[in-house]
Amino acid sequence: MPDKKHEKSKVRIDAHSGVPTTGHEWDGIEELNTPLPRWWVWTFWLTVLWAIAYTIVYPAWPTLSGGTHGLFGWNSRNQLTQEVTQLQVTRAPIFAKLKNASLEEIEANPDLLSAARMVGAAAFANNCAACHGAGGAGSKGYANLNDDDWIWGGHLNEIRATIEHGARWETDKATHSSSMPAFGRDGLLTPDQISILADHVRTFAELPDTVAPTAEGQKLYDDNCAACHGIEGKGNTELGAPNLTDAIWLYGSDKPTIISRIKNGGGGVMPAWSEKLDEITIKALSIYVHSLGGGQ
Amino acid sequence: MARTEQVLKKMTVSEMSLSAIFIALAFATTFIAIKAYTPVFAFHAALFSLGSLTAVFAIVTHYRSRSSEPTPQMINGRPNYNYGPIKFTAIAALFWGIAGFLVGLYLALELAYPQFNLDLPWINFGRLRPLHTSAVIFAFGGNVLLACSFYIMQRTSRARMAGVIAPWFVVLGYNFFILIAGTGYLLGVTRGHEYAEPEWYAILWLVIVWVTYLLVYLFTLAKRAEPHIYVANWFFLAFIVTVAVLVLGNNTEIPISVFSSQSVIVWAGVQDAMIQWWYAHNAVGFFLTAGFLGIMYYFIPKRTGRPIYSYRLSIVHFWSLIFLYIWAGPHHLHYTALPDWAQTLGMIFSVVLWMPSWGGMINGVMTLSGAWDKLRTDPVLRMLVVSVAFYGMSTFEGPLMSVKAVNSLSHYTDWGIGHVHSGSLGWVGFVSFGALYCLIPWVWRRQLYSLKLVNWHFWISTIGIVFYISAMWVAGIMQGLMWRAYTPQGFLEYSFVETTEALHPEYIIRAAGGGLFLIGALIMAYNIYRTIASPMIDLADDVALSASPAE
Amino acid sequence: MSQNVNHSPTGGLQKLMETNSILLVVAILILVSIGGVVEIVPLFYLKNTIEKVEGVRPYSPLELAGYNIYVREGCYTCHSQMIRPLRDEVERYGHYSLAAESMYDHPHQWGSKRNGPDLARVGGKYSNDWQRDHLRNPRAMVPTSIMPGYPFLTKTPLNAEHITEQMRTLRIVGVPYTDTQIENALIDIQAQGKLDHPGAPALSQRYPNAMINDVSGENGITEEDALIAYLQHLGVSVDFKLYDDKANIR
Ligand code: HEC
Ligand code: HEC
Ligand code: HEC
Ligand code: HEM
Ligand code: HEM
Ligand SMILES: [Ca+2]
Ligand SMILES: [Ca+2]
Ligand SMILES: [Cu+2]
Repeated sequence: MPDKKHEKSKVRIDAHSGVPTTGHEWDGIEELNTPLPRWWVWTFWLTVLWAIAYTIVYPAWPTLSGGTHGLFGWNSRNQLTQEVTQLQVTRAPIFAKLKNASLEEIEANPDLLSAARMVGAAAFANNCAACHGAGGAGSKGYANLNDDDWIWGGHLNEIRATIEHGARWETDKATHSSSMPAFGRDGLLTPDQISILADHVRTFAELPDTVAPTAEGQKLYDDNCAACHGIEGKGNTELGAPNLTDAIWLYGSDKPTIISRIKNGGGGVMPAWSEKLDEITIKALSIYVHSLGGGQ
Repeated sequence: MARTEQVLKKMTVSEMSLSAIFIALAFATTFIAIKAYTPVFAFHAALFSLGSLTAVFAIVTHYRSRSSEPTPQMINGRPNYNYGPIKFTAIAALFWGIAGFLVGLYLALELAYPQFNLDLPWINFGRLRPLHTSAVIFAFGGNVLLACSFYIMQRTSRARMAGVIAPWFVVLGYNFFILIAGTGYLLGVTRGHEYAEPEWYAILWLVIVWVTYLLVYLFTLAKRAEPHIYVANWFFLAFIVTVAVLVLGNNTEIPISVFSSQSVIVWAGVQDAMIQWWYAHNAVGFFLTAGFLGIMYYFIPKRTGRPIYSYRLSIVHFWSLIFLYIWAGPHHLHYTALPDWAQTLGMIFSVVLWMPSWGGMINGVMTLSGAWDKLRTDPVLRMLVVSVAFYGMSTFEGPLMSVKAVNSLSHYTDWGIGHVHSGSLGWVGFVSFGALYCLIPWVWRRQLYSLKLVNWHFWISTIGIVFYISAMWVAGIMQGLMWRAYTPQGFLEYSFVETTEALHPEYIIRAAGGGLFLIGALIMAYNIYRTIASPMIDLADDVALSASPAE
Repeated sequence: MSQNVNHSPTGGLQKLMETNSILLVVAILILVSIGGVVEIVPLFYLKNTIEKVEGVRPYSPLELAGYNIYVREGCYTCHSQMIRPLRDEVERYGHYSLAAESMYDHPHQWGSKRNGPDLARVGGKYSNDWQRDHLRNPRAMVPTSIMPGYPFLTKTPLNAEHITEQMRTLRIVGVPYTDTQIENALIDIQAQGKLDHPGAPALSQRYPNAMINDVSGENGITEEDALIAYLQHLGVSVDFKLYDDKANIR
């Protein structure tokens, strides 16, 4: 190692800045002995002071049994409680009105109606739109909510019941539970019979490419389907059996789709919301859905 | 080679023992490959086996071709620097960089147009994203760090790098780790820890490589001819040592079987989250910051020919930086189920970290005083300086985002992505480009092919970065505001997908910015290719090369 | 001026470090240990770190297999599972997440970026059918979604051959799987993945709340079934009607 003398001898004054170097050199690199910038030191200590103050005011240091709580006992979960309380204050005027009125009263009163639609729209966007679409138009297997065809009934209370308990939602005892038998899979009907039935059902709605109704088809229908879908095929909202005579189809009106329905039966699943959403929100949703266009 | 030499030549102890170890490893991994639970693991075990055999072959070939004398430490009174591993990692860095940017661009396109996922497993967003982060941070960044640290450590110690096989083991072993990790992601092998996705066997290998890296570093420093250790090496040591600690802490896992790629991490839930962000935040602090500050501390003074601005600042900001960084991890967990006290610590230490971070920026930028005019003529220097400016910007933004009130808005949004890329494209990317533009001509002893192309690279990439980060600021703040937007009556105004839809234009701009950044890197690759392909120049010392950048 | 006497403004200590690489390394090690120790160690000994709640149980084998797929596909790169105690989040996603709810997640899936919505409480929000339709083609369900499609999960039969080894390893690190649970893992997978399986009652007893999930009969039990079983279990363990927020303020 070079001796100290040798180290010192390399110190020189930098011509540009007038600051001395430290006397070291590595691969041609030298260092100036510039003092720390004042503002830098000051800002540093300022942040340190602020940090110390902050740890006194807020929970900050772990201890052997918990952690410091800060001067005012602030904590993030309590803060939320406060915010939610405040939110409830903001909403109180609307909620108070909606709470006591019946669904019919809400619809009859323009103020209440618009309030309910507002609450409903927000809840719909965050909970229902994934299945029923942003505008409620649904998609294959997911009911359209803005036409006037209803599987489980389009009256206010029927809609409310569907939302509260869902359809075929196993954990809800009051859910709509009836579903269509799997005529093909369970061997109740032969493939030929199913094909005839599909043709026959398609005549109800006078679909463009239907064949003429046959007696055989009529008999099969009466024996197997009329109990739920009705003699005329107009459906039954008690059982959730859709109307087969209109142009609105949950799954589709082409023959293969209908065959697959008869073969596999079953029914769509809609979650029950009474556990997840509060009563007022469900009321508002019922109004919102009802007023989408097709409410009865 | 003379015949007598061959007779006298003996295999060294390390040559023999390493060959034996690699042969044993080849057997063991072949056995594992045969019994592996999944084809992917069998594939990886087979790669290990193949790699081990290649290593044995390389050691034997090296033994047969080398002279019986050990490599001279000095030639003509000057250290005989070992540049081989540096050359390898410099090229690897360019390769992985371009691969990583390309994957980043593809990710950006997937977010703008989800059809790019093609419904395939291997390239869907969730699998590709870890490939991007690992490729740019660990493969690109890691190779830049290896190349520069090996160079700087030798030059500032005035000593040849320690070891003969060891440095090669470090650079090849590290890139083998990357190969295993990267192919693993695409094939669905991951631990599911952000920035720490590689599975247990890749990490086991990495630990061996990393310890060797530390030893090479320490043994080279022990040989140094300079009494003092240069500041760049303090940063490199902090980087190597701390990354080792972080990886060990965050990879405390038990494989479910030696025949399975899968492992179970010892930590769970809240403790796991804290440990992971302690790791990941300090991967930023020690990998992307301390390591690259080491690079800056060499190349900026070297390129400007000016002394470091303030030695005292180096000392104070070094020690405060490494002490404070460790505490800041919980700023990634604000308002989560992590207890409040820990979140507060993460926040305050992040804010205090601001000035120590800026210490590095001041020292970098102020080293130019007396040489500002060089910025006009030397685009390489411009890249280095702009990188430091981006460093300053992201280390201001970081403390800001650590404040809980700000973080409640920015967390989970694209603001974070903007912050990440101002740090990584602007700071890590540019300082790496600048360093490689210096380093490659120096170790290959070539004249850089074209400064004009560097100038193009600089401007195209800068515009790309501006596109990227301004789009993400807009996207992030918009997203954060839309999530918490309420109607006057107090109801949420937007559903989640409405916010997704709103980001579409920004995502396109981001992809365009990423495309420009990639084009810049391709220009660089061409420039470097032409540089290396050009004839060697005969200069007594490469310091001379740096002093006068060719016009 | 001091530089002529001692070039090192901080005195001898700095000079010692600067001239001795081992000391330098040791000093670095000590300094970088402090913050981590103070922040991490208390999380293991402080009892209030993880709230006391009822109902959180280890994943059923099918859910665990689904969790593995969730990790493998990198769903965490887009979805967080951590609802913050902020008013818009609890409004949108439900009760804020508790530390207790992820205490058996090795590793945690809290996430850090929301390219998609938080999933901490997505269990029970949609039907199995919807989850299937959505995974196969997200844009069929949500036209403006940017989520990738995962139709390949439908076609891949679930390979859960080694799930018991994973359960055993999880037990080593503290997940309270019982011997019966581990022994019956493969039966439980069948029972949860097929309707009307005779093992269903035993499954429900071992794993309360487990949703029977028979969505894609075609290929036996598929990876899709497992992933959906996992998703349907997210956030349903704690009954927040009974949970006392005040009891767990930390
Ligand atoms: C997982 C998907 C899903 C979600 C989420 C969902 N629904 Fe449904 N919903 C359905 C399905 C499927 C049906 C049709 C049930 C059937 O096939 O019998 C349905 C039916 C309905 C009906 C009855 C339509 C009729 O014709 O009788 C109403 C009303 C309804 N949903 C409202 C809502 C509301 C309000 C929400 C949100 C709170 C909601 N749904 C959320 C799937 C869903
Ligand atoms: C036990 C009652 C029941 C019987 C019997 C029954 N269905 Fe149904 N059917 C239903 C229900 C409930 C649905 C609605 C399924 C859903 O909501 O997803 C339905 C749906 C349908 C649909 C689909 C309608 C659409 O809009 O897409 C067709 C077609 C159909 N049934 C035809 C038949 C035929 C043909 C038969 C006789 C072979 C039959 N059903 C017998 C209850 C029944
Ligand atoms: C590129 C980002 C991305 C990836 C990767 C991704 N998702 Fe999504 N995810 C989204 C977006 C955006 C939405 C919201 C729109 C929608 O419902 O499709 C979403 C919605 C969802 C939802 C509905 C949540 C709700 O509450 O409405 C579920 C469940 C889901 N994703 C599960 C998954 C699973 C499981 C994976 C991995 C196999 C995954 N996602 C991967 C972006 C992604
Ligand atoms: C003083 C310095 C810095 C501080 C205090 C800081 C702070 C932060 C904060 C608060 C976040 C957001 C966490 C969240 O809400 O999820 C963040 C994210 C991030 N920062 Fe920084 N930052 C700093 C510097 C840098 C630099 C220089 C880089 C890059 C080179 C960087 C890379 C990242 C990365 C990669 C993330 C994303 C982590 C994730 O995956 O969520 N940071 N940083
Ligand atoms: C062509 C250039 C690049 C493009 C187009 C690009 C694009 C992207 C995209 C699209 C994402 C995902 C964002 C999201 O999930 O919303 C991402 C994430 C990330 N990228 Fe890049 N990237 C580029 C370069 C880089 C570089 C050079 C680095 C680092 C050196 C980097 C580091 C990261 C990190 C750390 C993340 C994760 C951020 C987080 O989780 O918060 N990227 N990048
Ligand atoms: Ca309808
Ligand atoms: Ca992230
Ligand atoms: Cu951080």
